[in-house]
Formats: sequence, structure tokens, C-alpha cells
Amino acid sequence: MTHLDGNVLAGALSEIFTADVTTARGRCAGCGRTSPLAEAMVFTDAPGLVARCAGCDQVLATFVDAGDRVMVSLAGLSAVELRR
Amino acid sequence: MSTEPAASALVRPRIRPAWHVATVAETLRETPTAVRLVLDVPTWPGSEAGAHLDLRLTAPDGYQASRSYSIAASTPAAPGEPGRVVLAVDEVPDGEVSPFLVRDVRPGDQLELHGPLGAFFVWRPGQSTRPVQLVAGGSGVVPLYAMAASHAAAGDETPFRLLYSVRTPDDVYFADELAALAGPTLGLDLVYTRRAPEGTADGVGRLTRESFAARVLPAAERPRVYVCGSTGFVETVAGWLQELGHAAGDIHTERFGGLT
Amino acid sequence: MSFATRGFAGRRRERDDRLPPGQTLVQDWPVLSAGPTPQIDTGDWELTVRDETGTEHRWSWDELLALGVEDVTVDIHCVTHWSRLGMEWRGVSLDKVFENVESEHEFVMAHSYGGYTTNVPLEDLLDGRAWVAVEADGAPLHPEHGGPARLLVPHLYFWKSAKWLRGFTMMPDNEPGFWEQYGYHIYGDPWKEERYW
Repeated sequence: MTHLDGNVLAGALSEIFTADVTTARGRCAGCGRTSPLAEAMVFTDAPGLVARCAGCDQVLATFVDAGDRVMVSLAGLSAVELRR
Repeated sequence: MSTEPAASALVRPRIRPAWHVATVAETLRETPTAVRLVLDVPTWPGSEAGAHLDLRLTAPDGYQASRSYSIAASTPAAPGEPGRVVLAVDEVPDGEVSPFLVRDVRPGDQLELHGPLGAFFVWRPGQSTRPVQLVAGGSGVVPLYAMAASHAAAGDETPFRLLYSVRTPDDVYFADELAALAGPTLGLDLVYTRRAPEGTADGVGRLTRESFAARVLPAAERPRVYVCGSTGFVETVAGWLQELGHAAGDIHTERFGGLT
Repeated sequence: MSFATRGFAGRRRERDDRLPPGQTLVQDWPVLSAGPTPQIDTGDWELTVRDETGTEHRWSWDELLALGVEDVTVDIHCVTHWSRLGMEWRGVSLDKVFENVESEHEFVMAHSYGGYTTNVPLEDLLDGRAWVAVEADGAPLHPEHGGPARLLVPHLYFWKSAKWLRGFTMMPDNEPGFWEQYGYHIYGDPWKEERYW
């Protein structure tokens, strides 16, 4: 089963964040919508993961797996809340 | 009225994904094209219902291939006892990994796996009193079976319904287990698209928007819905659910690549 | 450390000198996308080239095709490790599109319907190296593969062949486009495996 969908972004981030990303909420820098990262529209059929705001479609975050390193962008989120 | 327990009441240890070495304990024929793999994993921390893992195979020249598989059942390692992970693997024609797992793997073989993964396509007992509608297409039943089994093991009384579309009765995964789980809190509804069981009045044919609507919990009951199957199946079903009034946030999907 | 899995050999992998390093030959055509598929009707479609003076050169669908559509057979290489060899396309050479564009700038940002962008040096788009592609595998380009028209720059990784092409903007510096900002290489030569930063 090739995993294409779901909240893969949080799964990918959970490998590199020490905080719990599974319930993380973020604010879209475009429209201000604050919601769980899990609700982002994630496009995984790409040269990287792209998470877009379900409200305004702007790119919230990206995750590029380059083997021995990853490139993460949270630039589309004005802030992320991570529970301790 | 549904209630969600306060976040502070949920004590949930975080299970971080890691690499593990598994030894194949058993391989069992599941359907004409699939096997059930039972793996002993000494370092396995356990997993939540709906989680998956990545299996990685390495050829003698170092070439590696990885595929994701949903976990049907999982037991954490305990002192003196390895953890146990059960997978069901369907053979993809001309696939690179699944034919090997279905035809060649034997007890004693060692496999590398990374997991548990997938923090969101999970169901946890005691988290909500809203009813749950599971919709499975073919081998997509694996994580949903895991949820149904977890629901029963926890004695959770949330109403669960599983709508499971298969080609023929031979293609039902975990047939005996699902039949045993079916009861007052798990409604099991099988849809046969090519051949129905002999001696039954069941119709044969793919789900349509109308037949689907008649067989799932209505949006008015605000179920949490989990859909798993091929990309085409999931996209079609998710579309119907939204047309029927289910909120996008209530629909959880897990799709696997390949043909529609 | 990984160990070899007993009995596993992997797909039969042929050594093929036509494949850049790290690429595998495929026969199908995987669909990769960073967002929802735009649905653009050729009646509404326009290609625009904008230079530093603000001058815009525009072509409607019919005007683009009138520049002359040619057959091209090329190899394409996706950064996600798949390649297709000898793939048949039809498109309008960018030499024709840029023929009357006067600009001091040496770099181009390609823009797509839906917001995708990618940067390419102008010289990589000229001299028969790039096209506005309208057909692939003998059929009009399907929306999921970038139709009605996409950029085709086969000598670079395929993320540079922007789908749902809408236009080009001349720029003085090699500013990074969408994937280049998020971790991919600014140029993307498959033969040098220029995949990431």
C-alpha cells in the first residue's frame, strides 16, 4: 500500500520535532485561519509534501525529503502551537 | 449530544516512529491474492488502530525498496516477549515488493520496518461518543479492521458501522474475525461487486451514490468517517460523503496508489 | 545499518547509459502535483511574456498554434527518480515565442495557472531546447499532466517543465521559484544530479 494521503505532514514532522506535532495548530499567514495541521490539504504526489490552507489554498508548509537531510518550510504559517 | 473529554484528561504517551527489525513468525493465505504476515518485533512499542509502517527491503547490491502497509493488529513488546505486528499484503500485479512478500517470504526471514506512522488516521477508544462510519474498499479494510478490533477489545460502546466493498466473498480480509466482531456495536455491511455468496439474495454491483447513501450513517448523526482503499475509491466515496452533507473535517481518508 | 533481505532482488534494473544517475526507467507517466488541478479552457487560455519595461506579448490558443507546432521526441527525468526515454510530444518552440521579446535580463520565471512558478535561465529556453507543449503520447495534454499547455524543458529535471503554463516574466537575477524556494536545486541538471540545495 503506497501511502499517498492523510496527515502525512504531521507524521513527517514528528520525526524531527521533539514536541508532539500530532495536535499542532497553525495560523495561515494568508487568511488567518487557525486550525490543526491535520486539517491542511496535503498534496503528497509531488517532489515533496505540500500542505495548503483548507480555507484559502495558500501553501502553509512543505517537507522535502533529500535522503540524509530534510528541508522544511513553515513559511506559510505565521505561527505554530506545539503542546508540551 | 456528543462530548469530547477535556484534553488534560487524555494521557497518551507519544510513540515515536523508529526503525525495527522484525522476524516473520507466520505467513497465512488471506485471500487468493493476499497473505497475512505475523511479525515478531522485539522493540515494538505498540501502535494505535489505523497506524501504518514502512517495510524496507534491501537487495544484495544495496538497492532498497520501501512500501507502506497498514497495521491490522499490534501488541507492544513486554519483558521476555517480543512485540507482535500483523499485516495483510495484497499482491500488486508486476509489483516490485508485494509479489516478494506474498510469494517468497517465509518464517524466520528478517525484515526492516519503520513505524508506527500516521498520527491522524487513527481511532482511539474513549475519545468521543460520536458514532463511527468505516468505509473500506478491498485491502483498504486493514486499518479499519484494526479500529474495529480495538473498539471491541476496549469494550467501547460507540456505535461502529463498517461498509466493506469487495469483489467476491473470497476477497474478504479477516472474514472470520469481522464476523465475530459483528454485533450490537459493530454493524458489518458487505458489498460484492462481482459475485455474491451463493444462496443469498444479495445484489451484485459497485456502490452508487444512492446505494452508498442508503448504507452509511446519515450526516445528521455526525459520524466520524474513516475511508480507506484505492485512490479512485476514496476520492469517489469522499465526494459522495460531502454531497450527502458530511463536513470535510469529519472525513478521514487513507488512500493507496495504483489503479482506480 | 540495513542488511540484505533474503531472497529480494528488486525490479530488474538495466544499466542504461541514457539514464542520468539515480534514475529508473518507467513506461507509464506518474502524476505529480503541488496543488489542485486547474481546469483551463483553451478559449480562455493565454500565454503572456512580460519584459522589464512592462511590455506584454500575448498569444491566444490559436495564435500560439499558428506559430507552428512541431513534433519532438525527448527523454524526461523527474527528480523523484523516474525517467521516460523517447517520449513523443508536440509543441511550439520557445525560440518562436521569444523571437520578438527584447530584454536585457538573462533569467525567466515561468508562471502557471494555479500559482506555481519555476525559474530558468533564458539561454536554457532557446536554441531548440524548450517548447510550449500541447500534446504528449499522441494526444492533447490532459489537465492532470499540465494541459492544455505546459513548459517542456527536457534537459532539466521535470519540475522545471511547469504545468498549466500561463506565461513568462523576464528577471535580472535567478530568483527561485516554488520548489527552488522549498529545497530544490536552483538549476536542476539531471546529469549532475542537481536535485536539492
